[in-house]
Amino acid sequence: MIDAPLSAVSFAPLAVALPIFGAALAFIMRRKRRTQITVTISVLVITLCLEIWMLATVWGGGTYAVTLGGWAPPFGISMVVDGFSAFMLVVSSVVCLAVLLYATSQGMADGDEDGPVSIFHPAYLILVAGVSNAFLAGDLFNLYVGFEILLTASYVLLTLGGTVARIRAGTTYVVVSVLSSMLFLISIGMIYAATGTVNMADLSLKLAEIAPGTQTVLHVMLLVAFGIKAAVFPLSFWLPDSYPTAPAPVTAVFAGLLTKVGVYAIIRTETLLFPGNKFSTALLVVAGLTMLVGILGAVAQTDIKRMLSFTLTSHIGFLIFGVAVGNQLAMGATVYYVAHHIVVQTSLFLVAGLIERRAGTSNIDRLGSLAKLSPLLGMLFFIPAINLGGIPPFSGFLGKLGLVQGGAEMGTPLAWVLIAVSLLTSLLTLLTIARIWNRAFWRKAEDAVDPDPLLLVGVGAKRGATYDIVADEPGSKYSDRGDSALLPKGMLAMTGALVLVGVALTVFAGPLFDFSDRAAEQLLNPGHYIEAVLGSTEGNSP
Amino acid sequence: MSTNVTLLIVMGVLFAVGIYLLLERSLTRVLLGIVVLGNGVNLLILASGGRRGEAPLYEADLGAEEYSDPLPQALILTAIVITFAVTAFMLGMIYRSWAISRADVVADDDEDLRVSQQSTFDFEEDSPVPEDTTEFDGDEIQPDTIQETGPRA
Repeated sequence: MIDAPLSAVSFAPLAVALPIFGAALAFIMRRKRRTQITVTISVLVITLCLEIWMLATVWGGGTYAVTLGGWAPPFGISMVVDGFSAFMLVVSSVVCLAVLLYATSQGMADGDEDGPVSIFHPAYLILVAGVSNAFLAGDLFNLYVGFEILLTASYVLLTLGGTVARIRAGTTYVVVSVLSSMLFLISIGMIYAATGTVNMADLSLKLAEIAPGTQTVLHVMLLVAFGIKAAVFPLSFWLPDSYPTAPAPVTAVFAGLLTKVGVYAIIRTETLLFPGNKFSTALLVVAGLTMLVGILGAVAQTDIKRMLSFTLTSHIGFLIFGVAVGNQLAMGATVYYVAHHIVVQTSLFLVAGLIERRAGTSNIDRLGSLAKLSPLLGMLFFIPAINLGGIPPFSGFLGKLGLVQGGAEMGTPLAWVLIAVSLLTSLLTLLTIARIWNRAFWRKAEDAVDPDPLLLVGVGAKRGATYDIVADEPGSKYSDRGDSALLPKGMLAMTGALVLVGVALTVFAGPLFDFSDRAAEQLLNPGHYIEAVLGSTEGNSP
Repeated sequence: MSTNVTLLIVMGVLFAVGIYLLLERSLTRVLLGIVVLGNGVNLLILASGGRRGEAPLYEADLGAEEYSDPLPQALILTAIVITFAVTAFMLGMIYRSWAISRADVVADDDEDLRVSQQSTFDFEEDSPVPEDTTEFDGDEIQPDTIQETGPRA
């Protein structure tokens, strides 16, 4: 099977190997900060280029499998590249690169030369390797290993610096993650006992042959394990508790990627391992509750990072809705919505990091005047925020439209209830966004309960004696000096870049929807996947 | 597939002990719970390989059924390494928790407690709007009155 398009895909293992190798190198270079940063950025750029090449190969359709070590497929480890996995790889790498540059800029602005930050870059690369491995895994155990790689790296990143708050949040996170991994491992053991294989393509054939009762048990176990990772209600309680305390770039990349890896695994379970959408009703109910409970949590919060964490869990519900409906329309919209949500949620967390930096707090009761102090920050928040809320013509609206159409095509009463719930959730998301906007950006800082002094510097200068001179000059000395120190250009630029990627998802929605439709077609016909893995008896290791 | 009953009972005990310890509030016990649970899972995977047989090294005169299944052992080896790494990390975290706050318990989330105790009345959103403060019903706009509300900090 040596034909032209295979050439890109046969490099797929490098998407995992390169970041791991880079992490080792970055760890060796931990005393040389600049070299470390250069190594990390170049490794990510090379990985991204490789993944774009892979995506270009599978853009028109086609599923390719790479067998590692030359072992024949059902026994050896396979890596599978199809539309969905290649797309997820590219989106995740784009986000990772943007967040890395943001973090680098933050580190340079703060001038921290040593301390625990030297572990940030290696751990970050290992996280990337784990995410890539999970997306590429064609083998249930390899998926588990991918999860473990990314989780172990995430433990380190979440507790970076080891402050009281982070250790406390880290405890919950680590214990819950370990428990979900245990459940996953138990499921793998049971699946192996029932079928004698862990290769996902092989499982797709063999799981269908075992007793229906056993199938149900295995299916539920996998869904629970992945449901914890994806933060699906009622297994989502850990997320808003643990994410907000981490450093802003870490929270941003976790929010964007980690839950989506769980969703990815759920989609593979529902389409490849247990096709036929047997749990549609249960998943619909769970999706509705995830949306509602999540967004009601967001409404109750006063801290921007916590509000965003709750909207994050809430919008996972939309993805589960798409999976539960399970027709081509909904599945295509889900693929598109995953990409939209990764980009938008990450941008919002990056903006939250900037707000916290500029204002000294992310509590909306204490915020104000931000639109005046930094109009650019206002723009950077506003675009992804209304995008998240699903205002036309942004990608959030398009994704939700696709999901609603898919639900309408399904047409059952429960599907209609879910459509209503999803619209209500969008409305409540908008309410949350409006609350942040009104308090943090529009009102005067003086009106806040206990405004941070940082917010009063710029405004305060415009009062009293200097009022007449400074009043109508937005680029005055005070705000200028304040901005460049508080909002480093690199951080603003990277947030802006990610916001632009979000806008690009809207602008290129046509071709992207065509593509996600093809990816959904591949997902819903596991035959392609099985044929790609088991059909190629010849090893294609690079 | 035949299963070893002793293995099964040991596995059950390990799971029970592990889950009991996991529900404790002390972090060290939670960690012990994870370790015990991890070993229970490893036994489960071992049991999934079926009855024991010859070492899985190729011998010309042995039939395929005679060998024991090597895959579960490979899986267990990986799982052990992962549990080892996680245990080491958690020990580090518990030590850190002990060093900074002399605490070995899973703490409550302060923000959660605060949110659950906050009153439903929000000063800015729920207070009645005084009728005479709007800028649009008077003859002239008075920016100075707005400026008077100085910073309270």
